[in-house]
Amino acid sequence: MRRLGRWVVAAVVLLLGRGQRPRELPPPEPVVGGAAPAPKAELLVIGLLILSAAFAVAFVVVYAGGADTQLLGLALGLCFALLAVASVVTAFRLAPPEEAEEPYPEPSHPTEIAEVEQIVVESGRHLTRGKLLGLAAGGAGTALGLALLAPVASLGPVFDTSRLRREPWRRGVRLVDAEGRVLRAEDIELDTLHTAFPEGADPENLASPIVVVRLEPVRLDLPPDRSNWAPAGILAYSKICTHAGCAVSLYRAPHYEPTRPRPALVCPCHYSTFDPATGGTVIFGPAGRPLPQLPLAVGPEGELIALGGFSGAVGPSWSGVRE
Amino acid sequence: MIRRATRFLDERAGAAPFLRKALRYVFPDHWSFLLGEIALYSFIVLVLTGIYLTLFFEPSLKDTVYHGSYEPLQGQRMSEAYKSVVDISFQVKAGLLIRQTHHWAADVFVVAIVLHLLRVFFTGAFRKPRDLVYYVGLAMLMLALLEGFLGYSLVDDLLSGMGLAIAYSVVMSVPIVGAGLAVLVWGGAYPGIPAFEGRMYIAHVFLLPIAIAVLLSIHLLLIVARHHTQFPGPKRTERRVVGLPMVPGYVPRTLGLAFGVATVLVLLGGLVQINPIWQWGPYSVANGTNGAQPDWYLGWLIGALRLTPGFDVTIGDYTLIPNPFWGGALFPMLVFAFLLAWPTIERRRMGDRDVHNLLDHPRDAPWRTAVGAAVFSFVAIVFLAGAMDRVAVSIGVPYTWQIWIFRLALFVAPPLVFVVTRRVCSELKEREWTDVEPMQTARE
Repeated sequence: MRRLGRWVVAAVVLLLGRGQRPRELPPPEPVVGGAAPAPKAELLVIGLLILSAAFAVAFVVVYAGGADTQLLGLALGLCFALLAVASVVTAFRLAPPEEAEEPYPEPSHPTEIAEVEQIVVESGRHLTRGKLLGLAAGGAGTALGLALLAPVASLGPVFDTSRLRREPWRRGVRLVDAEGRVLRAEDIELDTLHTAFPEGADPENLASPIVVVRLEPVRLDLPPDRSNWAPAGILAYSKICTHAGCAVSLYRAPHYEPTRPRPALVCPCHYSTFDPATGGTVIFGPAGRPLPQLPLAVGPEGELIALGGFSGAVGPSWSGVRE
Repeated sequence: MIRRATRFLDERAGAAPFLRKALRYVFPDHWSFLLGEIALYSFIVLVLTGIYLTLFFEPSLKDTVYHGSYEPLQGQRMSEAYKSVVDISFQVKAGLLIRQTHHWAADVFVVAIVLHLLRVFFTGAFRKPRDLVYYVGLAMLMLALLEGFLGYSLVDDLLSGMGLAIAYSVVMSVPIVGAGLAVLVWGGAYPGIPAFEGRMYIAHVFLLPIAIAVLLSIHLLLIVARHHTQFPGPKRTERRVVGLPMVPGYVPRTLGLAFGVATVLVLLGGLVQINPIWQWGPYSVANGTNGAQPDWYLGWLIGALRLTPGFDVTIGDYTLIPNPFWGGALFPMLVFAFLLAWPTIERRRMGDRDVHNLLDHPRDAPWRTAVGAAVFSFVAIVFLAGAMDRVAVSIGVPYTWQIWIFRLALFVAPPLVFVVTRRVCSELKEREWTDVEPMQTARE
């Protein structure tokens, strides 16, 4: 009986409602905050955008013409500047001044954390040698990683530091300048620094370039075993600073006796300063060892020749450089 | 239209819920939050200008003779790499604009990262849940320094060669393994094999940019996952974030900043000369010049190398630790170790394992602010010492005096900065409380 009553009600509702449109839903609550219309600001933005387009065109025109760097920079820079102003006007005049808020994300999800742990643990529950399996897998992974790293050794000589001591200077090698002209003793003047290279060798080898200076022989104060290394006061040192490998390209000469009593070789990178009179010893700056000296002699036609190799390893220091 | 486009995306990528949330993502408002964005936009400019430059650059040390339009270099022997950059500067239309914009963008990129780092440090934004974001940011800073250095080392002009010689010496100076590592990387003794240029090139245009881009994506994703921090204020709590929604408010703002960054970089690139390599000339191991300065972000390393007293650590006659190790390797490693360890140090000392969405004002954390300021002053002094030779030339204070002034300052200034900063912070905090208290008592 009750069921019949329901059927009747349903039939009546259907009959009455036939042909009627479903009632319209109310419009959704606005999400974005409102703002008063600002037609002037809109016009301003439109104007700025058009102007920026004009500068973009100007950029192309300048490019097609002489492509002057300054004009190109100005055109493109102003194009960006106008876009920036247009965006800022939009942000502060056209966008509704809203203050939105939302909750920070949950700082932690304890249920899921527990479930993750559970899944991982249960996945391995039936294993009888779990630890051993893990160890083996880790070992295999490490071995593969190391194997794949091995070819990196092809990049260069592996821990072969012997080549750091190779040098092109031997007894009898003549000194030449950057253009390859043979240097003579009379070419070397007081109070200036000459750069020289071993004849016929690669000038880009770190051990090639040397500085050659002339001191008045009375100034010389070389170690006793180097007494014959400086014929007529002409001295040669490696040009590569023993601190950080820059070229020692400054010579402090003439000098001012009261504050700077002697001529000195100076590296422009960190101002390590070496005394040519005493065998290249460090008198200032961060260098930890002297400039290697090259023993010189004057050949039969007045040309400068090496008497042998350097007094020490050339270039920046490394563990074991002195040994 | 909008509905159709959204439906298209939603039915294929399930994107509607994500879009709905993203459009109203809340950005808290403070000027200092824009520093990271400046770095982001500089990076975009770097990538775009960098791609253009690769279309013309020749990463080769092969010998060639210059016969281009720049008269003073006419007939000079130089490498293909150097020649191609001179050509980009003089022969390629708009080449100099793009090259200079690229160089300026690199300098601004690192400035923005460092300022952003300082903001994050001094406001405590690195605390849980954003410590990971902070570590990723530090990794990006390290990569950015290397990336910048490789960028100007590729050119093979005199300055880049001098910089590489120093880098080689610093690698050599690492105890025991240094020399082996250096000959491996350079393929032999400095200046190395010709392939070394290609190694730098692939690192500069591919490996490092991709690494930075990946870290950048992780950085941003992690931020979005935990949302931005905010300064405390009305309605701004540890649980609710208040600010400007992405649309319609924040997008035009950040676009304005992006275009603003582009404006500054392009105007600098067009109007202000930077690294005029045609004046330095090609590199040769036998050449050097006085007054050489690296890009600003390496100034702290050159300063450290200069301030270190001259000694190698030797055992009898055996050299153990060559001098450049202290300034060139250990010093930057210690600075980064400090920055990496700081979140842990602070958490331990304060016993603070809470989630922090609200930022500190620097005065709110006197100890952190004082330690940070002391360390910063130390690094800043070393950085300034990198310019000692220029100071000597411009105002005439002898280099030898300056080195002692700076060494003294290194030991005196940081403790002083620590004490003063802590005092100032505490007083500011106290004043704040005395300002607040009467109001509270009145209300009670």
